[in-house]
Amino acid sequence: MERAYKVYAINNGTVIDHIPTPLALKVVEILGLGNRGIFTIGVGFQSKRLPGGKDILKIENRILLESETDTIALIAPDATINIIKDGKVSEKRIISIPETIYGVMQCPNPNCATNKLGAHRHFKLEDKQEMTYRCEYCERVTEIIPENLTAPE
Amino acid sequence: MSLFQGRDTISLRDMNIDDLWMIVRIAGEVKAGKHQGCLGNKTIASLFFEPSTRTRLSFESAVMKSGGSVFGFADPGSSSQKKGESFSDSIRTVTGYCDAMIIRHPVEGAARLASEVASVPVINAGDGANQHPTQTFLDLFTIYEEFGRLKGLKIGIMGDLKYGRTVHSLTHAMAMFGAEMVFISPPSLKMPAPILSELTEKGISYRMADTPEDAADMNLDVLYVTRIQKERFGDPQEYKNVAHGYRINNETIEALGGQVRVMHPLPRVDEIAEEVDDTPNAIYFTQAHNGVPTRQALLGLVTGGIV
Repeated sequence: MERAYKVYAINNGTVIDHIPTPLALKVVEILGLGNRGIFTIGVGFQSKRLPGGKDILKIENRILLESETDTIALIAPDATINIIKDGKVSEKRIISIPETIYGVMQCPNPNCATNKLGAHRHFKLEDKQEMTYRCEYCERVTEIIPENLTAPE
Repeated sequence: MSLFQGRDTISLRDMNIDDLWMIVRIAGEVKAGKHQGCLGNKTIASLFFEPSTRTRLSFESAVMKSGGSVFGFADPGSSSQKKGESFSDSIRTVTGYCDAMIIRHPVEGAARLASEVASVPVINAGDGANQHPTQTFLDLFTIYEEFGRLKGLKIGIMGDLKYGRTVHSLTHAMAMFGAEMVFISPPSLKMPAPILSELTEKGISYRMADTPEDAADMNLDVLYVTRIQKERFGDPQEYKNVAHGYRINNETIEALGGQVRVMHPLPRVDEIAEEVDDTPNAIYFTQAHNGVPTRQALLGLVTGGIV
């Protein structure tokens, strides 16, 4: 039987679909949603595009900035973003991995100033195809490792 | 006003070929006796959060030879970080005491962080395994002094190419000048792949070799030797076996064509036999001495004493 709804529809806010299962909670974390308003998560829906299943995240009454939605591309490059206003899709946003990452990624180098001296995490895109970033402090190049993505500083 | 006045010197990645030429040119002028007293009335802080005798003495000599005064500490035991002060607070405080700041720190990125909170120019004198730009400047100056050019040279870089920041920076700099390079190292200490990819992207010709003799056909202009550190090997016997193959003597120089100039950032342990010291091929002590005019040039430029 067809499900009545996947995740409760919202009137205003941001809907993030096609997040590979089980990364929705990670998206919540890197967006720093925490206790900032209402959001609902659906985990493990069947998906033609994502054989391992997809998660959906609906954030009520908050339009994410492009810099925020681009951050999602780090772990869910195929995620689709719909901005909802008055119950209708007002914008279908294309996301692409950001040129710079502030705050949300921890440098994997334990001897980096961001881990040892309180420098603010800051990476610049090194190679778009390879999805690698260079730390602005220790200058090490790193791939995106979901475990290294955390709540914004 | 020069391109350098007020500027931080943190990483080779922040510099272009014109910057490097400027430092090499001014270092030559300083060595020839120009720009005397260029640090007159300037006070330079020398903050060594980890010991490094050679770099510190060379910097302090550079300040004093140029008529400036220098203060600071030579090991972290003398800093207020022992009392729990944050690194940023230490820098924010000292910035008010000096006209420029030299920083050596074991943490990678420490100098970059210092440059963000300091209001005076910061010079990175080594941040962990990351960068040590003034070593590269003095290497370039030494090569230029020897050959009268930096472009189109053939350079062999030998030793610990995996962890050595000196060789990474030198490779980056020599690539700007279109050098042809050969990387000579044990298999476990090869040049990291991202650096090799950068060379490929820039169209730089390079090859890998297991021993210096493997590069005999290249007629190298420079063989840059670095130390292979014991602690990189779990097994002391393996270290002995490997290190033995990476020792330069007069025979190696002959095999490389006899014209090759041998450089080393020092200190050396066993990598270069003492018999090489007295040959015209050995330029590593000149290289070490060139640290002074090179650092005088840089300090003069960033403080505005040389315009």
